[in-house]
Amino acid sequence: MNKKIKQWVPVIALALISAVLLYLQPEARTPFGTTVLDYTMELIVVLPAVLLLMGLLSLFISNQFISAHLGSESGLKGMAVAFLLGTLPTGPVYMAFPIARTLRDKGARVANIYIFLSAWACIKIPQELVELRFLGAEFMIYRLVFTVIMVSLLSLFVEKFAHKP
Amino acid sequence: MIGLYIVTAVLVLVSLIADRQKTVKGIRIGVKKFRKILPNYLKLLILIAIVLFFTEGLIVRYLGQENGLLGIMAGMLLGSATMMPGFIAYPLAGVLVERGVLYMVVAGFVTTLMMVGVLTYPVEKEYMGAKGTIIRNGVSFVIAAVIALAMGVFYGEVIL
Repeated sequence: MNKKIKQWVPVIALALISAVLLYLQPEARTPFGTTVLDYTMELIVVLPAVLLLMGLLSLFISNQFISAHLGSESGLKGMAVAFLLGTLPTGPVYMAFPIARTLRDKGARVANIYIFLSAWACIKIPQELVELRFLGAEFMIYRLVFTVIMVSLLSLFVEKFAHKP
Repeated sequence: MIGLYIVTAVLVLVSLIADRQKTVKGIRIGVKKFRKILPNYLKLLILIAIVLFFTEGLIVRYLGQENGLLGIMAGMLLGSATMMPGFIAYPLAGVLVERGVLYMVVAGFVTTLMMVGVLTYPVEKEYMGAKGTIIRNGVSFVIAAVIALAMGVFYGEVIL
């Protein structure tokens, strides 16, 4: 079978499974529909822009630039840059994977890729403001501090022990 | 979201002025990547919707355990298996705290929710490789566990 068509088989299978589930559980139709709609909007609206930016980034920003600021010589400053890069944007973590890949291909060090992805996942600034509102300043600050410490330590650990060539 | 588009549009314009051929090439790369990854994202989307429907009741039921450590385990497992955007996760976390769920359980839940993604595996693997994906998720789980326990200590929920 054609590889392009093959890719779509699981998608269609999942769609059928959920159709059966929704048929059996009519009260689930509304929440299911809202969730799918929300994520579809995000996908259609955000993803093309992200990938377009990545396409341009991969051509215009030189490898030397990335490896100077995020590479193995970049040290603490590089880690700070990786944290910063991860906290600025909004959007779910799976939007960050193509960016992480591009940075890695351009010479960013492994630890900084882990830092970038972790920061994007759980300490994005727009998301922290929501956390502040619903869980309070104390909870937010504690979690933020612990997260920064743990992510820095374990990213270095992973780089040292898990990525030996 | 509008901001993202303004930034993208400006950059595309600047890039067009700077180097037309490179821009066209860059856009082609972007379109190709989008077509390649689309089925994986759709899979993710349907999975998230199915799982969210089944777990919402479970989250409220199992996180309010008497036993803090069991609560952390339940929170972290549910957090890893589920995915939600922060603007839904935090209000839910707020409700959990109001119902008396321990802070460390909530911390473990929201941290795994955002950092560990069993559902995002197909997409993440595409970019980071299977090994990289498993390591990142495993390490994130450990990070979340330590954060949850540290929160427990700070809130006096765990007595050392």
